[in-house]
Amino acid sequence: MALLGLNETARPAVESPSPSGARRGSGPGRIRRLVLGLLLPLVLALGWEWAVRAGLASGRLLPPPGRILAALAGLAASGDLWVHVQATLLRVAAGFALGASLGIGAGALTGILPLARHLLDPGLQALRAVPSLAWVPLFILWLGILETPKVVLIAVGVFFPVYVGVSGAIASVDRKLVEVGRIFRLSKPALARRILLPAILPATLVALRTGLGLGFLFVVAAELMGASEGLGYLLVEGQQFGKPDQILAAIIAFALLGKAADTLLVVLTQPLLRWQDVARDVL
Amino acid sequence: MLTFQDVAKTYADGTRALAGITLSVAPGEIVALIGGSGCGKTTVLRLAAGLDRPSAGVIRLDGETIAEPHPGIGLVFQEARLLPWLTVAENVGFGLHHRPAAERRARVARALASVNLAEQAGRWPRDLSGGQQQRVAIARAFVADPRVLLLDEPFSALDAVTRADLHRHLLALWAQARPTILLVTHDVAEAVALADRAIVMRPRPGRIDAALTITPTRPSDPEAGLAARSALRARLEASLRAAP
Ligand SMILES: Nc1ncnc2c1ncn2[C@@H]1O[C@H](COP(=O)(O)OP(=O)(O)OP(=O)(O)O)[C@@H](O)[C@H]1O
Ligand SMILES: [Mg+2]
Repeated sequence: MALLGLNETARPAVESPSPSGARRGSGPGRIRRLVLGLLLPLVLALGWEWAVRAGLASGRLLPPPGRILAALAGLAASGDLWVHVQATLLRVAAGFALGASLGIGAGALTGILPLARHLLDPGLQALRAVPSLAWVPLFILWLGILETPKVVLIAVGVFFPVYVGVSGAIASVDRKLVEVGRIFRLSKPALARRILLPAILPATLVALRTGLGLGFLFVVAAELMGASEGLGYLLVEGQQFGKPDQILAAIIAFALLGKAADTLLVVLTQPLLRWQDVARDVL
Repeated sequence: MLTFQDVAKTYADGTRALAGITLSVAPGEIVALIGGSGCGKTTVLRLAAGLDRPSAGVIRLDGETIAEPHPGIGLVFQEARLLPWLTVAENVGFGLHHRPAAERRARVARALASVNLAEQAGRWPRDLSGGQQQRVAIARAFVADPRVLLLDEPFSALDAVTRADLHRHLLALWAQARPTILLVTHDVAEAVALADRAIVMRPRPGRIDAALTITPTRPSDPEAGLAARSALRARLEASLRAAP
């Protein structure tokens, strides 16, 4: 039997391995961009540190980086930091788990069943228009001031982006790929598993990332409404006792935690998306 | 025997894509469907594949009415339509899910070798050229050994050499199991080279204008058929030009 060849044999096999690695931004360019991005914040921070040390400014309201780091180190050394970090993380985790699973469930339901969409979507969209923080007084009234209202508030914040993302992803699955499943006569469940699920995965993960970001936004609000531990509690306490260094230390901890959680989500889910044809070179 | 009986298709937006298509394709016959853009060729294949239902008339395969995708009918879409999250080999094996893994592997390997893509088995579709993707799609349809193969311009993205190779290969595959093949093409030379019969379609609404028998030039005895072949080409081109 004739083998077809010409254009294939001309193509070296070396080209195929590790397609993803080759796509990443090249090393030197990446480092240069990193340095450029850090330049301005570093100059400002060092400048401020120098100005306070030289006595040009008191640094009372905006403590210099050295003092903020000292406050952070102090909290870490006493063990308090871990208690607060743990409390905050637990709330985010519980709220995220609740909000994300409800969001995925509702998104899948309205995405797949037209009846559910007509029944649920208008109501959910109306609720989405309410700024979530407006629920706080109601949640406190209904659920008290302990953990439940905090977790619920975070879940509400996570729910909407995940819901919108998942139902939108299902609605925009390429009909052409669904037809491939039909031609091979996949059953409904097989179609969902082998075509729908992989097709909506990228958008779903983006929605989950957005949801996680909002989870961190709302945990601050939740902890500001009254908590005896958590990074948000450090903020409140710092305000009440006039400790701006503690407030800034807590803000830095929030930023690091949020970034770490986001990175973890990306790293955990990246193997699922190796096939994607995207030019993504930053996390 | 694949038969169309007075088949019409009007799309939901009122477009009359086909009217009064009557056609039979004998088992093992290769029929080329040619005609200008928008004259309903893809619609004919979609109906035969059971992806859409005719608005009137009936399509049968060996007496069985086709109203939804049928295990004996394979379709290669006009675009490759590979699933981007599956590797080349997984795409080819996509329709073999109900077969044992060992058989699946063997069939996929054979099909990939036959379109000369064995070395690309582990790559993602995004890393293939358009012609390579089209060949994966062809392998995906062939691998299930359908009784009827519907091919929608499967060679349009290929260079002349690869195209000629695939033509030979298609005929070789056809010689093994002798499936019925309905091949859409824009290319008169391709129709003449591959088909027993060429059907010329006219647009708005899509209908059959002429059917020409090509048989003498195939199976290929290139020298003997040469004169007959160029005469057929001329006739086909003439009837294509006649179509408004
Ligand atoms: N889903 C659809 N809804 C409405 N009209 C459609 C649809 N699909 C095709 N048509 C119309 O039906 C007619 C035939 O389309 P079809 O795709 O079958 O043409 P074709 O012969 O395959 O063209 P080409 O050679 O460009 O692929 C065209 O006028 C097209 O606009
Ligand atoms: Mg077409």
